[in-house]
Amino acid sequence: MDSMVQTPAIATPAAGPEPATKVVARKVNVYYGEKHALHDVDLDVCERSVTALIGPSGCGKSTFLRCLNRMNDTIPIARVTGTITIDGQDIYDPALDVVQLRARVGMVFQKPNPFPKSIFENVAYGPRIHGMARSKAHLEEIVVTSLQKAGLYDEVKDRLGDPGTSLSGGQQQRLCIARAIAVSPEVILMDEPCSALDPIATAKIEELMDELRENFTIIIVTHSMQQAARVSQRTAFFHLGYLVEDGPTETIFTNPKDRRTLDYITGRFG
Amino acid sequence: MTDVALPRSRSLDLTSDAARARIRARYRAEARFKLYGLVAIGLTAAFLAVVLADIVIKGAPAFIQHELVMDVTVDPDAFDKPGSTDPDVVRAGDYQRMVREALRARFPDVTERARRRKLDGLLSSGAADVLRERVVANPALIGQTVTVPVLLSDDADLYYKGGSTAIDQRPGRGTAVPSGTSGEITIASTANDFAAELAAFRDTLSVRARELRTEAARLRQHVGRSEARRRELEQAQRTPALEAELASVSGEIESLSARAQELEGEANALQARFDRTGGDEPLDDTVPSLLVALNKGVVRVTNLSGNEVAGTVLIPLESAAEAAPGTWRILTYETAEANRRVSDQEVAWLERLREDGVSRAAFNWSFFTSGDSREAELAGIRGALVGSALTLLVTLVICLPLGVGAAIYLEEFAPKNRVTELIEVNINNLAAVPSIVFGLLGLAVFLNFFALPRSAPLVGGLVLALLVLPTIIIASRAALKAVPPSIKEAALGIGASQQQAIFHHVLPLAMPGIMTGTIIGMAHALGETAPLLMIGMVAFIVETPLSITDAATVLPVQIYLWSDLPEIAFRAKTAAAIMVLLVFLFVMNGAAIVLRKRFERRW
Repeated sequence: MDSMVQTPAIATPAAGPEPATKVVARKVNVYYGEKHALHDVDLDVCERSVTALIGPSGCGKSTFLRCLNRMNDTIPIARVTGTITIDGQDIYDPALDVVQLRARVGMVFQKPNPFPKSIFENVAYGPRIHGMARSKAHLEEIVVTSLQKAGLYDEVKDRLGDPGTSLSGGQQQRLCIARAIAVSPEVILMDEPCSALDPIATAKIEELMDELRENFTIIIVTHSMQQAARVSQRTAFFHLGYLVEDGPTETIFTNPKDRRTLDYITGRFG
Repeated sequence: MTDVALPRSRSLDLTSDAARARIRARYRAEARFKLYGLVAIGLTAAFLAVVLADIVIKGAPAFIQHELVMDVTVDPDAFDKPGSTDPDVVRAGDYQRMVREALRARFPDVTERARRRKLDGLLSSGAADVLRERVVANPALIGQTVTVPVLLSDDADLYYKGGSTAIDQRPGRGTAVPSGTSGEITIASTANDFAAELAAFRDTLSVRARELRTEAARLRQHVGRSEARRRELEQAQRTPALEAELASVSGEIESLSARAQELEGEANALQARFDRTGGDEPLDDTVPSLLVALNKGVVRVTNLSGNEVAGTVLIPLESAAEAAPGTWRILTYETAEANRRVSDQEVAWLERLREDGVSRAAFNWSFFTSGDSREAELAGIRGALVGSALTLLVTLVICLPLGVGAAIYLEEFAPKNRVTELIEVNINNLAAVPSIVFGLLGLAVFLNFFALPRSAPLVGGLVLALLVLPTIIIASRAALKAVPPSIKEAALGIGASQQQAIFHHVLPLAMPGIMTGTIIGMAHALGETAPLLMIGMVAFIVETPLSITDAATVLPVQIYLWSDLPEIAFRAKTAAAIMVLLVFLFVMNGAAIVLRKRFERRW
């Protein structure tokens, strides 16, 4: 079985003992009204690694991603069944405060959406509403650290008062990442974060992901197989609402088990 | 890699006749459409310009008022306790008397009661207000003479504005010889000065005769028709209804015939006078007035002949000496005395005051500083302005939180079911309800059931709030809907609760739209009259309201009340109040536009 696609260097998994499972999804089904969008998804996500969800348009990968921080709750006709646990805790437990969940599971969206406030305010908002800062100085510290971790600080350090919307596309997306990590989440969900960016900005963000995975669990939905191959340690392939195959990235791209996976990565459809 | 054959591409047909015709037709259609748009805008602008011009022309005179600047002696005897400096005593002095004295001093010949009353009538009942304020502020003025402006009555003011009569004058050609200096005198002229006036007067008689005859002819025509009807009725079957009509028609015929005969008689008499040559004519108040000004006096002509007139002295002559040609004048007041509000005597006085430089025009600040009044010259809109402001304040305080809160609830929190849909439809319906219905509601609920004070800004504000609430809810919902959902998602994504996401992120971005909707709603409420009339804000309120439970009136109601009053001066006041209301509205709408531009943000 040839791989007709030139796969670039594949990201190496983190060295050390087998990473623990962070997110466990079992028999997850999602319905939008009458439409059955996701069928019986079983997936394990390891901590401190990047897991990529790939597949053609409309296959349900974004839907699955949004289940993990219960953003589907904002859609009235959406219905989720099955169990999803993070660190063993069922996130659809009625007793769970969804606001706290979303602080633990951050999200970066496809189109950068900084708040129309200053750069400082963008990053400071999360820590402020969760009461994470003991004092003004502490808050500033959190903001600076987050911007540094997102690789944006050097570029904006003398204009923290400027509106977040005055930055370029790539900078805005890094601002959104800084905003997400400012509340110290454990898991970061990224829904096609680079699809609206140019290659240089994309490269910066991929570099960032590589740094972030030392401390966070990252799940990224991407259209670009090359990107999945570059940044992720594990990949899951979705097709028409089914999770077809998942495994280490190298295996998926060089030796996939399912015919559909092969067809997709070789470009026969998608 | 598909098997579908693509159609062979055609080159664009741009040059054939058919193509050219199509293109021309399209350009013509576009030009026509542009023309329609221009015409529509042009018509609208023209209407607006006409309306505004009409209001400004009618209202501008209200901003000018005429006053006399006179030396008034502050007579210590006019106070209850002479010499006291108690503010209440000082304020209660008879200032009107002092001001009247000052005016009488200018016309010392006015001694009889009737004439005195007329002279006093030139002054407004509030003429002494400025003097009073000055003396109250500085009681040391008692006993001194001060120069103060004294307000004229509305009829005098109207005269100065040129509303009463036009005056035509020409110098006398001959030497005028008066027979006395006061009372009833005769004036003879060496040249036949008065002949022209006599001829002109006789002409007016002829014209009047002709008018009377035309009127009589018209009446006769009507009588003819009525007689035909009577003949008809007499031949028909008699029923009670018919009998009644017959009686009324007969009565009509009689009275009209009598009147026609009267008019014809009058016409004939006038014609006879016209046909006469020579002789003299008595003048009365139904014809233009004739006066002679000589030796610094003014005489009103009561009997006119070619070379001599007899008349009443309105302003005494300095002397009975002869007046050389050119030093005396013959004046004609074009409008007959019976058709104007100022008599010849009053006009003579006013003209004398104007010639002496005593009268002047001043800007009417009291229009803005005084409340309503039965006297046209004293009426102002202060009470209405304050009442409007208080009412709008109450409306705003009620509407804004309720409206925005309801919009947020409907947009964000309400479950999407039938009940919510029903509420939404009915809010839209409420916006279309005629405003007077809200007035009836206010009457029934706020005044009768809750027994709130009638005519208070509180009740007015409540009623207007009901009126404006649907507008604000609809505008706020639209503004909230227009905020991109990505902002809210971002907020939720970092763990903000629904409430935090809305109040910290969505609402600030929706603010410009909400503000615009609010200001437009307020501007709408400012001009509402019907519902406020229903709740009793139609009373005559003189004092400025101090709180929201005092009786008050609002600008549009004030306009309505003034437009009903008979005095001519109130017409200008009504237009002036309309101007103030329009300025208020333009400012509010301008503020809406400015705010919208300022707070518009890019996201």
